[in-house]
Amino acid sequence: MDVFLLQLLNGLDKGGAYALIALGLTLIFGTLGVVNFAHGTLFMLGAFCAITFNKLLSLEQVRIDPEKLTPWGTPLEVREPYVEALLGDFGHWLLNYSVPASILLAIPVMAIIGFVMERGLIKHFYNRPHADQILVTFGLAIVIQEIVKTMFGANPIPQIAPESLRGAADIGLMLGTDPGVIVYPVWRMVYLVFAGLVIAAVFAFLQFTTFGMVVRAGMADRETVGLLGINIERRFTIVFAIAAVVAGLAGVMYTPILPPDYHMGMDFLVLSFVVVVVGGMGSLPGAVAAGFLLGILQSFASMNEIKDILPGIDQIIIYLVAVVILLVRPRGLMGRKGVMEN
Amino acid sequence: MTIIRKPLNRRSILRAGALGGVALATPTIFTSRAWSAGYLNEPTGSTVTFGFNVPQSGPYADEGADELRAYQLAVKHLNGEGDGGMLNTFSSKALQGNGVNGKKVVFVTGDTQTKSDAARASAKRMIEKDGAIMITGGSSSGVAIAVQSLCQEAGVIFMAGLTHSNDTTGKDKRANGFRHFFNTEMTGAALAPVLKNVMGADRRAYHLTADYTWGWSQEESIKKYTGELGWETVAAVRTPLGAGDFSQYITPVLNSGADVLVLNHYGKDMVNSLTQAVQFGLRDKQVNGKNFEIVVPLYSELMAQGAGENVKGILGSSGWDWKLTDAGTQAFTKSFGQEYGFPPSQAAHTCYVQALLYADAAQRAGTFMPSELGKALEGFEFDGLGNGPTLYRAADHQCFKDVLVVKGKENPSSQYDLLEVVEVTPRAQVEYPAELLGGELGPYNNGV
Repeated sequence: MDVFLLQLLNGLDKGGAYALIALGLTLIFGTLGVVNFAHGTLFMLGAFCAITFNKLLSLEQVRIDPEKLTPWGTPLEVREPYVEALLGDFGHWLLNYSVPASILLAIPVMAIIGFVMERGLIKHFYNRPHADQILVTFGLAIVIQEIVKTMFGANPIPQIAPESLRGAADIGLMLGTDPGVIVYPVWRMVYLVFAGLVIAAVFAFLQFTTFGMVVRAGMADRETVGLLGINIERRFTIVFAIAAVVAGLAGVMYTPILPPDYHMGMDFLVLSFVVVVVGGMGSLPGAVAAGFLLGILQSFASMNEIKDILPGIDQIIIYLVAVVILLVRPRGLMGRKGVMEN
Repeated sequence: MTIIRKPLNRRSILRAGALGGVALATPTIFTSRAWSAGYLNEPTGSTVTFGFNVPQSGPYADEGADELRAYQLAVKHLNGEGDGGMLNTFSSKALQGNGVNGKKVVFVTGDTQTKSDAARASAKRMIEKDGAIMITGGSSSGVAIAVQSLCQEAGVIFMAGLTHSNDTTGKDKRANGFRHFFNTEMTGAALAPVLKNVMGADRRAYHLTADYTWGWSQEESIKKYTGELGWETVAAVRTPLGAGDFSQYITPVLNSGADVLVLNHYGKDMVNSLTQAVQFGLRDKQVNGKNFEIVVPLYSELMAQGAGENVKGILGSSGWDWKLTDAGTQAFTKSFGQEYGFPPSQAAHTCYVQALLYADAAQRAGTFMPSELGKALEGFEFDGLGNGPTLYRAADHQCFKDVLVVKGKENPSSQYDLLEVVEVTPRAQVEYPAELLGGELGPYNNGV
């Protein structure tokens, strides 16, 4: 029972990340009809927003101590962070909460990146075949990755969660089990709640605002919305920026779980595409449902009891499920008729 | 315009074929090394070309960059530039800082990308197009074994970089291949006594193992040596290389009854699995009345930086550390630090030493011919290169030297001071019979 619960939590947590990335992918595909292979890179760029924010906060004044030498004989540099020197306790608090606080930096930065990406490159490929879109966005992803690697190196850069949210919580106690039986990292639970909030916010935005209504109408019938005199293209550009922000926020909050490096976006991209396909191309609820479903299945498939019966199943389960679902429901779990069928 | 066609007959076809064959073969006949020299890429000018095959892109690019820095420093020192580094402390005095065998050392580089096929392609290019006399470098056992095999087939010496799997000088060893770095067998032998002292003899271990040659080799060695201590292995679970999120593999550990988690992971996998294991509260856990412990059999400085404060108090092994106090280490750290502004990693150290050892063997042999140079390395005893008295064993081309047991430092003074040396395990304690790991060296190949 305890293992089952822990794997369920793992699955939900993993699924939260898949769902956030897949949500953005689906938004872009549903509105612009573009298959964006650079979307994983947006997740990675979000993570590097958190790193940049932390580096900015950690900027240090460097003083040379002439009386001390390094082991290789050069004068020793003594370093002190500016933010703590200038802001005292608040500076210390800010450094401690740098990961969640970096959301403030990530939102405008990711929105601008999304806007520039869409206006500068992707809009020129709206009417081109999907193969062209995949090639150009994949190429863009590689270019961005290499730039990030040049700037930050290839080694993972650890980010730590705020002190009060580190370590593991004994959630088994709440369920009446013995102490220490069901413990789960606090930050992973924070991430799960955060993913749920962002997903709810995106759905609420699309469901309850006039802007969202127009976007939904555009997703259903772009031509008719255009004929009504609405500049749907401008709205879709904003949708692209929103998708970039969602992927970026997913990346920011994931940094304490997985020390980010330049390649982390690619690691998630393929899985996220499977999520989109399983959920149904262009279906937002489908993307979210498939994200959580595949996350949970992946976790359960990694249990030793399952692997003893089906060795290696943990590495293929997602693709196996994708094959089965596409055979049984070719449009995915909640796919719309006519999407990617011509 | 009229085209006059001559009729084709058997004789004209044969004649044309023979003439064509001679024409095509002519450049090969006149340029073939077989006619002019006794070995492949014999240097004929005033320079000799070394081939540095390191990961310049991909997950180990930072480690590869450090390896390349070390090689460049080695070339400088071999050519008499800079302060001479470890040439001043090396027990062999054959090298005088005027190149090797009277030739200035130049180098070409290749990018292994930490992929076997890419590494073989770049090594092949350096041998065939750039005329590299030897190949050295790398940060992965899979890559090292693939490149070693290529060098054997081509007929050049391969001086392995950072490769820790037993197989490199075990079942996959080759006459043309030499390894200075230690291996998983030595890690097991060095680490086990310290584990016993720190954690006791009654422990239950759970292994998470990277699913490739190095991971299997590491798991086997640790299981063997901890088994001899009396430890029980609860489970050994293989994890896919580059899994990223290891949470689904860590949760079964929580209530498995194990009180030690052994992470047979390296690089990014180690950074991620250790970070996540600590987040799951394993280090704060009490099992079987004992503190739960985590062991990382192979450490590197770059991995420790990636894992941050999660490495604190975690035991593992290392081939070398820049904080050692012997003269060789101090000379190398000073040269490297002055050149680049930070201390060298163990990957940099082993690569620098391999370049020096190759050059020294060539100088002593008076030739770059693989068979002669190899014999100069076989059974070679030396000192002053940072690991105490060291032997390049003839039977398997494996170096035997002291191995370090290290621990994540509680209060590091800088990002380069994350590991502290707990024990320097003497060479005698990590030696093993050559036949233990199987394999055959076979004959040298001089490439002709």
